[in-house]
Amino acid sequence: MSFFYATLKRELLLVFRHRSDIINPLAFFLMVAVLFPLGVSPDPTFLSEVASGVIWVAALLACLLSVDGIFRSDYEDGSLEQMLISSESLWAIVTAKVITHWIVSGFFLALISPLVAMMFFLPEPAYPSLIASLLLGTPTLSLMGAIGSALTVGLRKGGVLISLLVLPLYIPVLIFGAGTVQAGAMGLPIQGYLALLAAILVFSLMLAPIAIVAALKISVRS
Amino acid sequence: MLLEVKDLFCERDERILFKRFSMQVKAGEVVQIIGQNGSGKTTLLRILCGLSDAYEGEIFWQDQLINDVRHAYYQAMLYVGHLAGVKGILTAEENLQWMVQLDSSLNKCSIAKALKLVGLYGFEDVPCHSLSAGQQRRVGLARLYLSNAPLWILDEPFTALDKKGVAEKEAFIAEHVSAGGSVILTTHHDLSIPKQIIRPINLDEMAR
Repeated sequence: MSFFYATLKRELLLVFRHRSDIINPLAFFLMVAVLFPLGVSPDPTFLSEVASGVIWVAALLACLLSVDGIFRSDYEDGSLEQMLISSESLWAIVTAKVITHWIVSGFFLALISPLVAMMFFLPEPAYPSLIASLLLGTPTLSLMGAIGSALTVGLRKGGVLISLLVLPLYIPVLIFGAGTVQAGAMGLPIQGYLALLAAILVFSLMLAPIAIVAALKISVRS
Repeated sequence: MLLEVKDLFCERDERILFKRFSMQVKAGEVVQIIGQNGSGKTTLLRILCGLSDAYEGEIFWQDQLINDVRHAYYQAMLYVGHLAGVKGILTAEENLQWMVQLDSSLNKCSIAKALKLVGLYGFEDVPCHSLSAGQQRRVGLARLYLSNAPLWILDEPFTALDKKGVAEKEAFIAEHVSAGGSVILTTHHDLSIPKQIIRPINLDEMAR
């Protein structure tokens, strides 16, 4: 356990030393929110109708944008080799890295999401559903993205491949995430949606680390 | 017998690197892998570390297959590759603190001492990206001074080091070996370690 905390501390230190990693996904998320009404229509009724979908798609793409880098720098500087021949568990390293990615691209994003919701005239009662759905949905995005990142880390140009591998896995999260916000906006109960998002999260929390560890071994050893 | 390789076969890009390659590493010797560029030195070391599965044959650690005793093997082995695993945005000290966490055979208490021994005294708090190539190499090699592992596998450990640095590392390798450890290394440079403890293996002869 102390090894897990040491890894988490190192990962957070790395991210906070390299601030563009934090700013990039958030800036992307905000940019989509600012540009979309300019490009389509600034009409409040239209915007509040599409808000749930647009915000969730922007969050998903912001996550996908940064997912490529989860293992990239460790692969390039040889740290990943050292992790693979470590006597400590790779599972702890992988979990710490995914948590760090989630904090940067999911947690912070959920925190600023009310700001974006305001720009989209989302009805105020829907704010809690937006934050809750992002908090429950984005960890799944990080976990599944990390599988794609681990599989493509050995390739020179893995970026496109990651999107192809990971996007199909993201779709259920997108559907239930946007559904939560829509139900919240209409004043309908959201517990069902949240339960489904939580179920997907628990499922991927169990299985994704196994897949990530296996994928890393394949990427490095072959 | 620490490490034993039996009948190793490895092919890369339709070129046979080694065929029926066998070797043994005993305690108290330095095995120097030599061969021209592209002869498979790094590939061999990666196979020996368990970082590559692209081979046929058997590798034994203390008479057991390494795949069966990976955990024990990784604790008894220290690998310093081409890429030292040093993060540019962390300082030398932070890098070593993490490496010590990662590898339980490294000694936690003497990071400051190890940095002093590799000649990085006064550079502990400098981010590694602003160190020179040789100094970054020294950060990776500082692990040798922390290690309790009997087997060291070093891939071109002397690249970018100055003459004094090379002499110090060689002396330290000789010391490790005389204390009963063993070292497998690749280098193009003539080692100034007593000849009787060095066993050269030439990979150029293996492919034929």
